[in-house]
Amino acid sequence: MNAAVTPAATGTDKVSGHRIGAITWLVVFAFLLVAPFVGVYPVFMMKALCFAIFACAFNLLLGYTGLLSFGHASFMGSAAYATGWLVRSAHLSPELGVLAGVLLAGALGLVVGLLAIRRQGIYFAMITLAMAQMIYFICLQVPFTGGEDGLQGVPRGRLFGLLPLDNDLVMYYVVLAVFAAVFLAIVRIVHSPYGQILKAIRENEPRAISLGYDVDRYKLLAFVLSTALAGLAGSMKTMVLGFATLSDVHWSLSGEVILMTLLGGMGTFAGPVVGAVTIIGLQNFLADRVGSWVTVIIGVIFVFCVIAFRRGIVGELLAWQQRRGNR
Amino acid sequence: MTEIFGIPVQAFLGQLLLGLVNGSFYAMLSLGLAVIFGLLGIVNFAHGALYMIGAYVAWISLNQFGLNYWVALLLSPLVVGALGVVIERLLLRHLYKLDPLYGLLLTFGLALIFEGLFRDQFGVSGQQYPVPELLRGATNLGFMTLPNYRAWVVVASLTICLGTWFVIEKTSLGATLRAGTENPALVQAFGINVPVMVTLTYAGGAALAAIAGVLAAPVIQVTPLMGSNLIIVVFAVVVIGGMGSILGSILTGVMLGLIEGLTKVLYPEASSIVVFVIMAIVLVIRPAGLFGKEM
Repeated sequence: MNAAVTPAATGTDKVSGHRIGAITWLVVFAFLLVAPFVGVYPVFMMKALCFAIFACAFNLLLGYTGLLSFGHASFMGSAAYATGWLVRSAHLSPELGVLAGVLLAGALGLVVGLLAIRRQGIYFAMITLAMAQMIYFICLQVPFTGGEDGLQGVPRGRLFGLLPLDNDLVMYYVVLAVFAAVFLAIVRIVHSPYGQILKAIRENEPRAISLGYDVDRYKLLAFVLSTALAGLAGSMKTMVLGFATLSDVHWSLSGEVILMTLLGGMGTFAGPVVGAVTIIGLQNFLADRVGSWVTVIIGVIFVFCVIAFRRGIVGELLAWQQRRGNR
Repeated sequence: MTEIFGIPVQAFLGQLLLGLVNGSFYAMLSLGLAVIFGLLGIVNFAHGALYMIGAYVAWISLNQFGLNYWVALLLSPLVVGALGVVIERLLLRHLYKLDPLYGLLLTFGLALIFEGLFRDQFGVSGQQYPVPELLRGATNLGFMTLPNYRAWVVVASLTICLGTWFVIEKTSLGATLRAGTENPALVQAFGINVPVMVTLTYAGGAALAAIAGVLAAPVIQVTPLMGSNLIIVVFAVVVIGGMGSILGSILTGVMLGLIEGLTKVLYPEASSIVVFVIMAIVLVIRPAGLFGKEM
């Protein structure tokens, strides 16, 4: 998506920009560390962090490669189901269950990616949506997902046989550690030479091809990385909440992750995190207040973001900071 | 010979006819999508929602105002077409210079809004719409009994599809429209009001979706979710057919409906995914789609 801003503090304000950025990150990190002790409901925070992982994984694809996947929920959801079933019915340890979920999501991502990269732009989005719908119907019909009831009662168990995850506090710090690892990994990927090629593909695919890059291979790798990380988000969510349901594979969740990224600011590191926390918080807040109006409100935010707020919250903040720096 | 593939002929042909009915809806919706995409460069995710609203206009006008099916068949496209004018004028207009993905996202948001509003108003359970009196009952063809209404749906929607094809490919209005797709600036220079043409095209596509909604109302349950369930299949149909050719999208729609009907008979478990499997196969063999040109 070319219209996305790639915010970079330039010239004289680079130093101060970096400093403001670093201070912001320290404050956020400190808050996340003490959050359970200052009265934030830990299960809510864990859920929000899982969706933040999901949105960051999605942003790697949309924000940095310019590929719009309209089926990311299917990867998150199948990993959620796989982990849930393996841990509950096959009595796998949590770490192996999560690993299996990630591998499954990555493998599905490989298959769907191979098909979807055969077409560009708008068709890419439609193909991923259609393949995701197929995965949804499969989840609806196979016996081990529990169909309409979902897969319930997944025990958290002990991580590496040591850490008792039943304790919300322990679970919280595990989720936080996973989130931090994913976040740093994505920063690393984007700043690596590979990440630069992804950005080149986003900005001008024909030129990247003419420079001799095997664009399809780079796109496919980005897709697999993104889907595997989306799977990690799904697996962690199952471990946190103890269930996986059809709404985890439904297209409306694929839409929500797009909205999280768009609202927060696509192509920025912090954007998807801000977007995920905002949307999950909003849904939490609205759920028992307005009933089915939640969908309407989500839709209105979507329309508003596309018409007037394409940079997203973080993108706007960065642009504002840059304007101020240039003055 | 009373059985095909171990299934009574009657049931077999019945499913095939149902497939044909679904196929006509696919054809009408993918046709509208193709026309809108051609001129506006926008993949209209709200198409399913417009189809759903079309069906509800029929249901409401019958239950609130006592207006019969035939009136609804005229009224519904007008109402939904007017809604299309509003959507295009207020929202889509701002997106033409941007990446087409934004159009998909905006119309997705619109689809959520419409679906949420109707769910709030009517709940998720389905509403029955009675088959109009004129088309009740069935005709005995000797080898099967043909429900009159289903026959009407197939004939009516194929007529409308072919009519649209005729207007676009064979009339001077259609020629202008096609020219606008190729080069809007030049067409504008010839003194044709392109922005109005664009608005009317979107309204026309919306009206087609509404007609499909009215035709569908007596066959299926009218629910707020009927549109989003259908639109994803229609997207797969569009990927299979390619949006380049109008006749191609009609043909693909009908064909896939038939294949889906056939799957319901032979292997019911796979009937909900068969279209997607076909899409995957087509992507491997012929990435541009059956009738498409690579864009």
